Amino acid sequence: MADHGSMTTTSAPPAVAAPAGAPPSPRRKAASGSEKMVARRARVGWVFIAPFAVVFVAFLLAPLAYALYLSLFTKGLATGTKFSGLDNYVRAFSDPSFLKGVWFVLRFSLVLIPVQMAVSLGAALVLDSLTTRLARFSRLMIFLPYAIPAVIGALMWGFLYSPTFGPLQQIASLVHAQAPFLLSQDNVFYGLLNAVTWQWAGYYMIIIYAALQGIDPTLYEAARIDGANVWQIALRIKVPMVSSAMVLILVFALIGTLQFFSEPQILAPIANGSITPDFTPNIYAYNLAFSYAQFNYASAISFALGIIVFIAVYVFMFATRKRGSSLS
Amino acid sequence: MRKKALVAALSATALAATLAGCSGGGDNASADTAQNCTNKIVHQDAPKVSVWAWYPNMNKVVDNFNNAHTDVQVCWSVAGQGSPEYAKFQTAIEAGKGAPDVIMLEADHLTGYEIQNALVDLSKFGANDVKKNFSAGAWKDVSQGDAVYAIPVDGGPMAMIYRKDIFEKYNITPPTTWAEYEAAAQKVKDAGGPVFGDLGSNVPAWLTALMAQKGAVPFTYDLADQKNISINLDSQPAKDVLNYWAELSKKGLVGKQDQFTTDYISGVVGGKYATYVSAAWAPGYLTGAGVGKGSEKGQFAVAPLPQWDKSSPVSVNWGGSTFAVTTQAKDQKLAAEVAKGLYADDASLTDGWKTQTIFPLNQGVLNSKEFIGNHVDFFGGQTANKDIYIPAEKAYKGFSYSPFTVYYYAQLQAETVKINAGQITGEQAATELQNTMVTYAKSQGFTVK
Repeated sequence: MADHGSMTTTSAPPAVAAPAGAPPSPRRKAASGSEKMVARRARVGWVFIAPFAVVFVAFLLAPLAYALYLSLFTKGLATGTKFSGLDNYVRAFSDPSFLKGVWFVLRFSLVLIPVQMAVSLGAALVLDSLTTRLARFSRLMIFLPYAIPAVIGALMWGFLYSPTFGPLQQIASLVHAQAPFLLSQDNVFYGLLNAVTWQWAGYYMIIIYAALQGIDPTLYEAARIDGANVWQIALRIKVPMVSSAMVLILVFALIGTLQFFSEPQILAPIANGSITPDFTPNIYAYNLAFSYAQFNYASAISFALGIIVFIAVYVFMFATRKRGSSLS
Repeated sequence: MRKKALVAALSATALAATLAGCSGGGDNASADTAQNCTNKIVHQDAPKVSVWAWYPNMNKVVDNFNNAHTDVQVCWSVAGQGSPEYAKFQTAIEAGKGAPDVIMLEADHLTGYEIQNALVDLSKFGANDVKKNFSAGAWKDVSQGDAVYAIPVDGGPMAMIYRKDIFEKYNITPPTTWAEYEAAAQKVKDAGGPVFGDLGSNVPAWLTALMAQKGAVPFTYDLADQKNISINLDSQPAKDVLNYWAELSKKGLVGKQDQFTTDYISGVVGGKYATYVSAAWAPGYLTGAGVGKGSEKGQFAVAPLPQWDKSSPVSVNWGGSTFAVTTQAKDQKLAAEVAKGLYADDASLTDGWKTQTIFPLNQGVLNSKEFIGNHVDFFGGQTANKDIYIPAEKAYKGFSYSPFTVYYYAQLQAETVKINAGQITGEQAATELQNTMVTYAKSQGFTVK
């Protein structure tokens, strides 16, 4: 909206300046007339923006401000509520539960994101080079898990992992072995990794696939004339051309993973206790607020997580920007 | 100007709509606008009292109450079973509105709400009139000194449920002490049988009850002395009990499966566990989940809870629920009437104990011939009430709960997971638990003695 406004202001002066020899008074009149028009357009802009702005303020800014306000107080069961400034933040960054959760999501991101990228990029490249009906069907099938709500997906995996009913165990019992329980304390990392990759790789695949479809095919033709084979086209032309889409995916994945909540929360009741109430920072904040009655500290934890996400994304953007400039 | 007005009007409408959306949710639960009742209101003109509860036969209980009362009507809804309901209640307390007038709470969670001034002291509304209906232990669980914060409904005297077929196959008689229990478990294992019991991490209340059986008093807390609490989770009895179960778990004599899960129930159905050390309400739960049907009908029996010292047996309680009145109730006196009268009539109580969904604490039922002489189907016609559960209930002395039960249970659960993973001994778990809870209590502003 702001861009639109500035465009009209810059284009207006020449029109006004046209009658060069005219006396100053009508010129001023004309100028004020166009200002009025500009102002009116700006108002129209506000009308268009209003519905969004209301929702934005009511459901994002106001709750954020309220949470920030809450996080500056401390409530003890025995002491009542008192103003404590930044104490909650100091406490958060020295709270083993919170730090353990942050460490988990960071580790999880480090493993999950490359795996997801590899799967989605691989699928997209394969589907891009095929034009059969099977390719279209496969594209839909790979995308399908994303269309399943995260909660349903997690419940489904909970069933698949079940040591009593799950197919894993049924396969293992054919050879009289005990299948590993993928939600046990040692395996839960991989169990979740699998569920999340399954859920999101299809979505990322579609983004990369769309970017691949946007590449001008004459580039491939030129490459082939230059003697490049299929692998070289894929790695030297296609991958660099979709790198911006991949950066976008990385940012999505990073933010999503640092805020990891739904899957572990859903799987917790069947994980034999290996998914603890402080498993990830978001789960910890949820339990602090709704189980332990510590809304103030929970707000601080949420903000602390927000700060970490912001830093992580900033570091990442900085790193990728630098690499981009050195390439060009 | 017209556009400005339009902008203003649009924003105002949108904002009004969002605000209405916000407040709408809260109003539904309060007594005046109680419209979202799960039940039918019999007498429309009578004042309504909103109730949250999750008893399986609650629809009958509410109808019984509403049919019998013209001066007050119950508007009942289910806000979740256990934790989900507590989370909603906690949020309503924080918000200052949205709580029901009367709420079903488990006895071990009462203190946590009492300290937040969320529950009404019912002694000023005649709670002591119904005191005679309950045992001393049950009454202690709902009161703090002279104050009474809830009316007991059902209890969970503990006993040992076992599989007759497995006991016969491996030639075992029901163990009466924990030493015998371990020996029997070893015997079954050596003969290639199933595990004997289960150490689930998600039943911290169960483990706490077993600790109490040996004489552990994890928390001593008196609401009148609000800031002082004593925590004794690393006492010798607590360590002994945790060590005992850690040993069983380590030797593979008991399962490590969380309870109430589909995997656990299917294990109980399939005879994967020889015993189920549990409360009196368990049969109802198991029957509801499909246990003890078909070819397994009558395979279960019950024996008294194994003891540490046979010469001085101790009874403990797992679970059990109450009705409390919230401080957000519009008419506290009326709400107190509901708390006292709901699930207290003969028809409701009889339906509850016959389906074994509750173990009634009402002395009228406990002393009734029908209840005492009842041949329990699930236990193959055993007179389980007379032989096992009523004596256990009568011997129960009550327990002292902390004001942060939810947090404590979460920590005990985490320790149990570590025990089952073989990472720590029971003794180490007790020490860690003690340290965590002391730190937490201090951070909440308590003085720990």
